[in-house]
Amino acid sequence: MLKNRHIQGWLQASPLTLVLIGFLILPIITIVVVSFWQATEFSIIPAFSLENYEFLFGSHVTYKVFYATLKYAAITWALTLLIGFTVAYYLAFHIRSQTMQIALFLLCTIPFWTSNIIRMISWIPFLGRNGIANSALQSWGVIDQPLEWLLYSDFSVILAFVHLYTLFMVVPIFNTMTRIDHSLIEAARDNGASGFQTLRHVIVPLTKPGIMIGTIFVLTLVMGDFITVRFMSGSQKANVGRLISNDIALLQYPSAAATAVILLITVLIVIGILLRFVDIRKEL
Amino acid sequence: MRSGKDLELVTLTKRYGTTVAVDRINYVFENGSYVCLLGPSGCGKSTTLRMIAGHESVSDGSILLDGFDISHLPPAKRGTAMMFQNYALFPHLNVRDNVAFSLRMKGIDKPERHKAANEMLDLVHMTAFADRLPAQLSGGQQQRVALARALVTKPRVLLLDEPLSALDPFLRIKVRAELKRIQRELGITFLHVTHGQDEALALADEIVVMNNAVIEQAGPARSVWNGPRTEFVARFMGGHNVISLDGAKVALRADEVTLGEAGLAATVISVEYQGAHVAMTSMTDAGEEVLALVPEEQFFQTPKNPGDAVRLAWDEGRVHRLQT
Repeated sequence: MLKNRHIQGWLQASPLTLVLIGFLILPIITIVVVSFWQATEFSIIPAFSLENYEFLFGSHVTYKVFYATLKYAAITWALTLLIGFTVAYYLAFHIRSQTMQIALFLLCTIPFWTSNIIRMISWIPFLGRNGIANSALQSWGVIDQPLEWLLYSDFSVILAFVHLYTLFMVVPIFNTMTRIDHSLIEAARDNGASGFQTLRHVIVPLTKPGIMIGTIFVLTLVMGDFITVRFMSGSQKANVGRLISNDIALLQYPSAAATAVILLITVLIVIGILLRFVDIRKEL
Repeated sequence: MRSGKDLELVTLTKRYGTTVAVDRINYVFENGSYVCLLGPSGCGKSTTLRMIAGHESVSDGSILLDGFDISHLPPAKRGTAMMFQNYALFPHLNVRDNVAFSLRMKGIDKPERHKAANEMLDLVHMTAFADRLPAQLSGGQQQRVALARALVTKPRVLLLDEPLSALDPFLRIKVRAELKRIQRELGITFLHVTHGQDEALALADEIVVMNNAVIEQAGPARSVWNGPRTEFVARFMGGHNVISLDGAKVALRADEVTLGEAGLAATVISVEYQGAHVAMTSMTDAGEEVLALVPEEQFFQTPKNPGDAVRLAWDEGRVHRLQT
């Protein structure tokens, strides 16, 4: 009987295990293996070599690009958290009726029915040198010259990131907030907490798991991105994703694989550090 | 006894749109007494409590404590503290930090607020659990922590919103004894909302029975139980029969009804053994149900069964006329 149950358990777990092995573990192993191969301009040599990593760690471009990637991730994270938390807080605590809550929540998701790339590109005519933003500001007399930094700059890259990924912050935070018992807010008020104190000592601590899940979404999306940076910076800015995509375009697969491995490790370290602070298990 | 330190409601009113939840009630809660607000659900008792606590705005009238109108002060400035029905303990804080929460909000530093919290935990016998999280406590223990958290602010009036409803019946009886002990030790006013008349009788110095947004009757527990003024109170307090005699409604205590040779003719419809008593329900010829609580020894000398004809008698002096 016991043995039978063992077999049943393995059988039930096996489809997912096979999917994960085939589509996650094997590709990662392949990438790790390829990252140790050698490559020349016209051939790939399957021999163990550390030269990809030596080149990667020996080049100051790598550090610059990793720094830029982390900078995009950090700024985007801070902005999406600020906006996401505010929106979720408003939905969860200021909208009384549940029907209205759901309606407004769905409204937030409507932009996501459009492709990422289209939403990104639609910023270009808005932010361009003679775009809507510049002409409006000029006609109001706020500026004399068109602002050059609106498009093809760090500003436009981060703007697009925030636009694309804020919902990934709103959803988990809203989800956690709706589970907060409203009598806790009343209890805090009864105990003399001001609105801000309630936020700081009751709502934020209880929302941490949601914040953490949103953080993981945003960080992994931003750190793995290459297309947003390419479009919104007019190919003038770089991040790790673009480094990898350029290598692939030049058929330098071993070098791309090595960069990917380092990026993967970086992301895992960041998430590992975050998870040490917050226990998200009860949210899953 | 009016002391000038009492909690007083003056034509207190709560309206939600066109519905009136609390209709111009006036009452003086004597300082240091244990008062139960009793009534069926929707009678306005919880709304009254929440208005006193400051979690519900007052539509009209005022609430006076120590002679000051507190009806527009924030909850923490009123001298009241509330214990919530589901306890509302902060799940991310341990027991000590839960109790010390209000002191932390006031900016009192750690050693001092922990000392005050420990004193309160001592009062409710929860010192051993100070470092646990609420989720690691039983219902009764959570209740004690909630009580300690409400008391740590040294309130003049403690407001309890159905504090025993989440507990199982055995624990309920234990905890209510505890509540009474703490109230006596502290000597402050406890205002306890409940829909259980047994709970109210067991605890209250004074019972305020509410129905349909108004106070139906109020007074010391014994006088309310022995002298219900209206049919509603007589029925709600339980243990009473309401029957028509000579064209008027009267209340008659179930344990005053005896079985005799002469008296009101009735037919037994159910017999329930309850230990010390037997609860015998019978139907009079006029179609009114009468409950008789007969001491069990007496009952089993001449046992009755459903369908038997009986004669119900009582001492005329114990019949109590009701207002219509």
